[in-house]
Parts: sequence; structure tokens; C-alpha cells
Amino acid sequence: MLPILYAGLVLGILGLIFGLVLTFASKKFHVDVDERVAKVREACSGANCGACGYPGCDGYAAAVVAGEAPVNGCTPGGAESARKIAAIMGTEAGDEKERLVARVRCQGAKGIAKERYVYDGYVSCATAASMAGGPKDCRFACIGMGDCMDHCAFGAIKMVDNLAVIDEKKCTACGSCVNACPRGVIELLPASQSVIVRCRNSDIARVARAVCMDACIGCGRCKRECQYEAIVVENGFARILPDKCTRCGACAKVCPCNCIVVS
Amino acid sequence: MKATFRGGVHPAHGTKRPTQALAVRDFVSDTVQIVMNMNIGAPSTPCVKKGDHVKVGQVIGEPNGFMSIPVHASVSGEVLSVEPIPYLSEAPAMCVTIHNDFQDEWVELKPLGSVETVDPSLIIPAIRDAGICGLGGASFPTHVKLSLKPEQKCDFILANGAECETHLTSDDRLMRENSTRVVDGLRAVMRATGVKQGIIGIEDNKPEAIAAMEKACQGRDGVRVQVLKTKYPQGGEKQLIEALTGRQVPTGGLPIQCGVVVVNVATCAAIADAIIDGRPLIDRICTVTGCVRNPANLRIRVGTIVEDIIGECGGYSTEAGKIFFGGAMMGICIPNSNVPVSKSTGGIVVMSKEQATSAEEDPCIRCGKCVDACPIGLLPYDMKVSADADKLEECQKKHIMDCMLCGACTFVCPARRWLTPSFKVAKQKIAAQAKKGGSGK
Repeated sequence: MLPILYAGLVLGILGLIFGLVLTFASKKFHVDVDERVAKVREACSGANCGACGYPGCDGYAAAVVAGEAPVNGCTPGGAESARKIAAIMGTEAGDEKERLVARVRCQGAKGIAKERYVYDGYVSCATAASMAGGPKDCRFACIGMGDCMDHCAFGAIKMVDNLAVIDEKKCTACGSCVNACPRGVIELLPASQSVIVRCRNSDIARVARAVCMDACIGCGRCKRECQYEAIVVENGFARILPDKCTRCGACAKVCPCNCIVVS
Repeated sequence: MKATFRGGVHPAHGTKRPTQALAVRDFVSDTVQIVMNMNIGAPSTPCVKKGDHVKVGQVIGEPNGFMSIPVHASVSGEVLSVEPIPYLSEAPAMCVTIHNDFQDEWVELKPLGSVETVDPSLIIPAIRDAGICGLGGASFPTHVKLSLKPEQKCDFILANGAECETHLTSDDRLMRENSTRVVDGLRAVMRATGVKQGIIGIEDNKPEAIAAMEKACQGRDGVRVQVLKTKYPQGGEKQLIEALTGRQVPTGGLPIQCGVVVVNVATCAAIADAIIDGRPLIDRICTVTGCVRNPANLRIRVGTIVEDIIGECGGYSTEAGKIFFGGAMMGICIPNSNVPVSKSTGGIVVMSKEQATSAEEDPCIRCGKCVDACPIGLLPYDMKVSADADKLEECQKKHIMDCMLCGACTFVCPARRWLTPSFKVAKQKIAAQAKKGGSGK
């Protein structure tokens, strides 16, 4: 009986001593943490996507409280989180930015873009691209191995017929996919921009047409059709200027290669 | 005692090398496509235009800076086009297509004489002008490798005749048929760098080559043959250095940091040709084997198209699945058979559909075979965990940058894990990150 009592007593006393030391340390070395940091962290999207330019949501929250980051910096959180963070910080959310979404500027799915070889190696766009420029003949095409899908924290991208398809409802424009794509196929565009050129092949028409049936050949018919001067054709492909475009869709009707799409 | 290194595998066991007994024969096709990025450095700039008539050995691509080599016409005839074509790397490569007129008209050559009497200061410029890069596969410009800084001390020049890749026999045949030229080239390198000792390392599965080289070394200053154990990757630069000198190259370092320069035997022969005959590098020996009717060792002109070479070897014996430049272990899979060979193509291995099918990955069973096999002494199974999770910093802590992608771990893995491909991806990502960070500063 006695050894048990001794053991209990020794442990009890040790516990008491350590408890006292910890209490003393927590009082003596207390660091004031701004409670707003936790609140701001709560108001963020919590995706840790890094779109704000800080190392994760914690980094952003600390920067906001320190006055270094703008309150509307959380792209995935959008206007709602900007409002919440502004309320916490006691400032105005500022002008609401238009929501952006990621768009795939390629429609070279299986059967449309010509395939140069069958790739059955490691499933990664970066690796496939390093092998003779990728399995698709077009050097601007979406490789379709899903690097963007792997990087998307919101499950907004899926691969259909070797082509990335983005769910615009789920997309928060964090930009992870834009950075992940070795080809730079994905671009962030305003959500309201419903008319898109889905090709960025800058080769001359003959070469572009030879590798993909839906390639932009830079013919300029869309540019001539557009009454608002919203289309520029440079580097061999057409580009729509979102500021000038009225989303009328006239260009899509005249495109001989079906590469302007109205969604 | 046969010299060797720690780790390694024996992929060649049971693999017949039908080309080992076949003498080298010449093959010239009617069209060549010569790409401008033959070496690992800067691509050359084409200096001919469509319609020009070129002679064999004429410079058609000017070097771009120090880390670059000139490119020479490998046949005489008319230039059909100068335009970019899709090649093995990500970006298209500038390419000069020449139609062969079969006149074999050479430019005027400027021989420098015997390697033992030539002025040593002329050797390295001659190597550069001959457009010589490492013919073992990495195609590093040889003149850059040999241009030692005054503070760099070099004790050994190693001629790499290990040829540890399965299937390949091109270096074996070269050493048997042209042993004097290999020794001449090695002597030229030794004289150019002022090094007293030269060792030729050859694996013991090439007894005829060893005999021929030993005979050629007799009566030559400071050169000797060292027999190596047959094991993959014996011909890896760091493994060869460890086996022959007992020294180790520091992490992320170059062989010169431990006082060694390694040159492939084929490069040695090309150097001897450049000095004795003044002949630029326009052809090389290439083993064509695998699923072809008549495997062969061919002396092919740089820029010959793979389809023509396979046609010369009787065509495919079964339906081809994949074609590799280099051996089956470290070779590069080429996209299709319309690709031209470069200076560093030592072999073309054709695999059947069945052989080329990649197996499904199974979970790691922690057997540790990969650890035993790794010639560097890394932990492949552990690196794979970090690499697949995209944790690049963790990968670097596990020394992924020391991995030379030899494929020994993947070869022994009973779970058929895709180890080497993951490491390749991770290494590419780390390199891309470093480049990004470097340019941002």
C-alpha cells in the first residue's frame, strides 16, 4: 500500500511544481495577440490558396491587422469576405471589384487537336510537356494531364477528353491553376465576359490549322465585324478587350474556325 | 581487383547483346535534318539559307557564346529548309534540312598532326571548332569541360568506356576497331590540360575491347586500362570516379572539384579525329537494336532520320511500342520515328508494344530494395512520398538534387512504383523554382 501512496504523492508534488512554473511562465512571458487577427482569419475563405500574395490565410490576416494588406485582398472570399474584414477593421470595403473567373483558352480536346504521340508516362502536364513538347501537336494547347486540377483547392476543374473544363460557379479566381499550367493556357477574365477567344496559337495560319481544326488563324474577320473596336489581332491570334466588349456575340457568328465561344 | 562502386543493379542479366559481335558499317541516307541545339548549352545559330549548296564539314550553325558549339553539315548537297521542327525538348528546335547529292564533297581540312607533337594550346580551340560535345549522352560541350581555371587542380583524366547501359555496344565496337584513336584522343586531352595520368575504365563484359585497348596503351605515356565490374550504372560519371580513383564528387559539384575530368571514349576518338585529320564531328557510331529485323552497329551521319535507320536495319520485327534514344535504362523516348539523331545518340532501342506497356503502380511494401540499389545512397521510397505530395523543400532535404535519374530503384522495385518519373518531375519543379527565384532578384 505504502509504495502506491509514495508514488501518488511524488507525482502529485511534481505536477504541482510544473503547474506553478507553467502558470508563472504564461503570465511573465505573455504576448498580446490582437484578437482581430483570429477574426480576420475566420472571415477569409480559408483555402490557403495564396492568391492574396501572403503565405496562407494566417499570413494575410496578420498583414491586414498590421495595416499592410488591403481588406479586399481575399480573392476567393470575394465581396462578402471583404465586407466582413472591413467591419472587423472598422474601415470601408471600398469599391467592389468585379468577380473574375479562370478561363481555358483552348478547345483542343481529343479528336480536335492532332496528337503527335501516345503518352503513357507519369501523369503530369509539366512532364508531358518536357517530352518533345507534349503529346498534342499544337505547342499552345492544353496538355490535359490535370496539373491545374491537382492545384485547384475548390474542385472547380475537371478534365474532359484531355481538356481542362472549369466550373465557373466554383471558381474563386485564386490563380493557382494559372500558375500550375506549364503552357499558360488559363487566364483570369471578368465573370461577365461571356464571349471568349478559346485559342492562343500564335503560329502562322497554315501551321496552326494543320495542328488543330479549331485553331485561331488570325484572319481578322471578328475584328472587322466588331463595331466597338473590342478585338485586337496580334501575334497571330485574336484577343477580346473586356472593357470595350458589349458581349453582343457578333464576332462568334463570323469566326470561320469556331474559336470564339459565347457561353 | 575489379573496381566498382556501392549499390547498383544488374539489368543486363539474361539480356543478349546481339550487336556485340557485329562490325560497324557505314550508313548514309538521302536527307538529313540537323538540329541546332545539339549540346546542353546555347543552341547554335544557322548560317546557311534555303537553296545553298553545302559541303561535308562546312559550318552550318555558328556557336552562341562560350557554352555552345558549331554545327557542321554531315552530307554534301542542297539546303532544303531552315525552320524550327518539334524535337525532344519542350521548345521546337531550329533545324537545317540537307538533301544529300552523294558526292561526299568535303571542305578543306586543316590537320594539326600527331597528338604527341601538336602545340597543347591549340588542342582545345581545335576541339571547339570541330563541334565536339560529350558523346556519352549528356552532350556537354567538351571544350568547356577541358578549359580549367588556373586554381582548379586536375590529377586524372578518365576515359569512360564502361558502357553500362543494356543493349548498347557502340563504345565496345569503337574500342575494338579504333583503339588507337581512343588512346590518341585521351593523350590529346591529357596534353591540353597538363595531366599526367589517364585511365580508361571498361566493364569486364567486353573482354575483346579490354584486350584491344591494353594493346593500344602499350608504349604510351601515363595511360592504362582499368577493368570494372559489370554493373549498372557503372558508366555514371560519379560512379566511374568512385570506382577508378576512390574519390567522391561533392554534392551539387563537378568532377573537377575532386581533381578528375571524365571524357567518354567516343568523345576521345572524335577529339583524335579533329586533331590528326582536322575532321569535324559529323558522324558517330550508333547501336540499333531491339525489335528490328537486323540489329546493327552503324556509323551514321548526324541528322539521319530514325525511320531511315530502322529501314536500313530491315524494319520492325514486331509492332513497335516505343523507341528510345540511348539505352533502355536512361534513354529518352522519342515521339515518333521522324526525329533526326543528334551527336549524343549512342543507340536506338526499339521496344515492342508488349515491352513498352507501363505497369500499374502498387503501394510501397517497405522492402528497402531501392535503398540497396541506389548508387548515390539516397532513400528513394522516402523521396517518393515527398515528391508525390509536391513537398519540394522536403525533397531537397532528402537530397533529391543528387539523384541522377539512373532508374536503378525503379528497376528493382517489386511494387513497380514509378520512382524515377516522380523524381524527374520534382527535380524539374525545383529547377523551375530556382530559375524563377534567380530572375526575380
